Amino acid sequence: MSAANETVSAGQANAARYFIYAALIVLAVVYLLPLYVMLSTSLKSLDEIRGGNMLALPKDPSISAWVKAWGEACIGVSCVGIKGYFWNSIKMVIPAVLISTLLGALNGYVLTKWRFPGHKIVFGMMLFACFIPFQAVLIPMARLLGLMGLSNSTTGLVMVHVIYGLGFTTLFFRNYYEAFPDELVKAAMIDGAGFFRIFWRILLPTSGPIIVVTIIYQFTNIWNDFLFGVSFAGGEASPMTVALNNLVSSSTGVKEYDVDMAAAIFAALPTLFVYVVAGRYFVRGLMAGAVKG
Amino acid sequence: MSFLEIKDIRKKIGSNEILKGINIELEKGGFLVLVGPSGCGKSTLLNAIAGLLPPSSGDIIIDGQVVTDLHPSKRDIAMVFQSYALYPNMTVEENIAFALEMRGVEKAQREAEVKKVAKTLQIEHLLKRRPSQLSGGQRQRVAMGRALVRQPRVFLFDEPLSNLDAKLRVEVRAEIKALHQNTHATIVYVTHDQIEAMTLATKIVVLKEGQVQQVGTPAEIYNRPANLFVADFMGSPAMNMLKGKVSGGGIALFGNDGIKVAMPPSVTATLPDGKEVILGLRPEAITDSGLVDPKVVSVAQIEADVTMVEPTGSDTFVTGRIDGASFTARTRADLHVAPGQKFAFSFNLDKAVVFDPRTTQQID
Repeated sequence: MSAANETVSAGQANAARYFIYAALIVLAVVYLLPLYVMLSTSLKSLDEIRGGNMLALPKDPSISAWVKAWGEACIGVSCVGIKGYFWNSIKMVIPAVLISTLLGALNGYVLTKWRFPGHKIVFGMMLFACFIPFQAVLIPMARLLGLMGLSNSTTGLVMVHVIYGLGFTTLFFRNYYEAFPDELVKAAMIDGAGFFRIFWRILLPTSGPIIVVTIIYQFTNIWNDFLFGVSFAGGEASPMTVALNNLVSSSTGVKEYDVDMAAAIFAALPTLFVYVVAGRYFVRGLMAGAVKG
Repeated sequence: MSFLEIKDIRKKIGSNEILKGINIELEKGGFLVLVGPSGCGKSTLLNAIAGLLPPSSGDIIIDGQVVTDLHPSKRDIAMVFQSYALYPNMTVEENIAFALEMRGVEKAQREAEVKKVAKTLQIEHLLKRRPSQLSGGQRQRVAMGRALVRQPRVFLFDEPLSNLDAKLRVEVRAEIKALHQNTHATIVYVTHDQIEAMTLATKIVVLKEGQVQQVGTPAEIYNRPANLFVADFMGSPAMNMLKGKVSGGGIALFGNDGIKVAMPPSVTATLPDGKEVILGLRPEAITDSGLVDPKVVSVAQIEADVTMVEPTGSDTFVTGRIDGASFTARTRADLHVAPGQKFAFSFNLDKAVVFDPRTTQQID
């Protein structure tokens, strides 16, 4: 910060430090406020919520809203809670993330280490997939799923997310493998390893950071997706996001803010979990992919 | 019969011809060094031998078997890369054993082979480490171990010493030479360093712009360079190139009213008077008179202005100048001479070579 030709006294440096920390704390509070409101509201009784003070701590905390959201709340006409839809989302997100990550890695490997004539065009077209808005692919995708007999199923949704995510995962892995030394691949070829063995034994084990980046990115996108879910998997097969919407926007009966909040927190938990577990690799991995060497 | 044959190898990348018809033969147990400036095609040629870069035309034959279209792993070769190319996710032991594992060798036998190689290279204590925990010299050794463990028909080295510091380079160079002497392996070695080429090779190939300039033993390349390029490239300091004209069976140097010397014995042809030539003399062939070998037949004493004196400890390099033409002489370290003085140099013409400035080829 302070260049050699500038002199900053210790007092000035400390003042600057206090100011920076104060600003950071204020911003952190602002960003945490919605989470706090959600948590405290979910623990309050309905009367207390209607009573007014959004920021007040719950007087008599109770997890009854959580229990209700998980197992009893009415989604549309069936009152079985969000748990079934939560598992739907889990069943969708795990295969979709794993398959798209693995295929992206394989694509990146081929596009950097087994270059074929026209590899640039192929990569360019895959990049193009990143810029196509969700809405543009809805109708062709619906037609395709119908032809394959996969409409309204979690399997179909997995396929949609894999296809849509492939552009991004390929981009991540291609950039990462671009910096991976070709000589290692040549050495492995001379040592007698084939196409898949080089991938499995040499490249994948050294791809930790970029795998983490891809998994976080894909997990967040797929878990939080609403449009594909509501378009291609209705009713019983709905993912969590769609169920949450149906719960919150149901127009019958009393609006149960505490249950809505609890359900919303349930919906946010998995992504939160992924960030906490793998987050510290995230920035490192992004850098590793972007900067050569 | 030669063990490794490279027959009319050509390689085109786009419209660029990188290799323009290379022919080389190497006997079993030979140490072939491909040397040349960057961009001369030496690494391309090595990659073609390895099978990593298929040539556009021509054949590569190892031990009588045409391997041109064989996959690199089927050629029974091993390669040591400039960057060592150690697998970062494996330990040293796993690195060395990888090729054996890929070939389906039993685990117990793999371990025995790895131990043996590690002992030869004195890296036993490193076996459990990862490449990132090794120094440059240690990585170099592991890379050699990975090649050695397979006992291939041909070893390929791609500038293996260029990432080491100067002192270590000399050490490892000696180790590679010892390794060759002990194992009698057939080796093809690429370098841009002419000293590495001289010290290691049994046969040197000098390449320039995809063409072979000269093939020969280190002594042949050094003493009788085929053309001006080879003469200039091999040897440090470079060979002195003095312009002259043929005159009455000898050569007149340093302009028209210059000094006449006898025709060097390396020239057997009779050259017409007035023909322009270039006289090539290594710095060690120009000395103070005290250093001249008494067996030398043809010596010329020439007085010149001293312009620079560079002591190296073992010798002193003296730059002399006559009529604007400079040359470097290698003299005794205890010679007392200073810039600005005149000094009588002895030109050892027995060691001189003569080139045609038009074709750049050596005249013999």
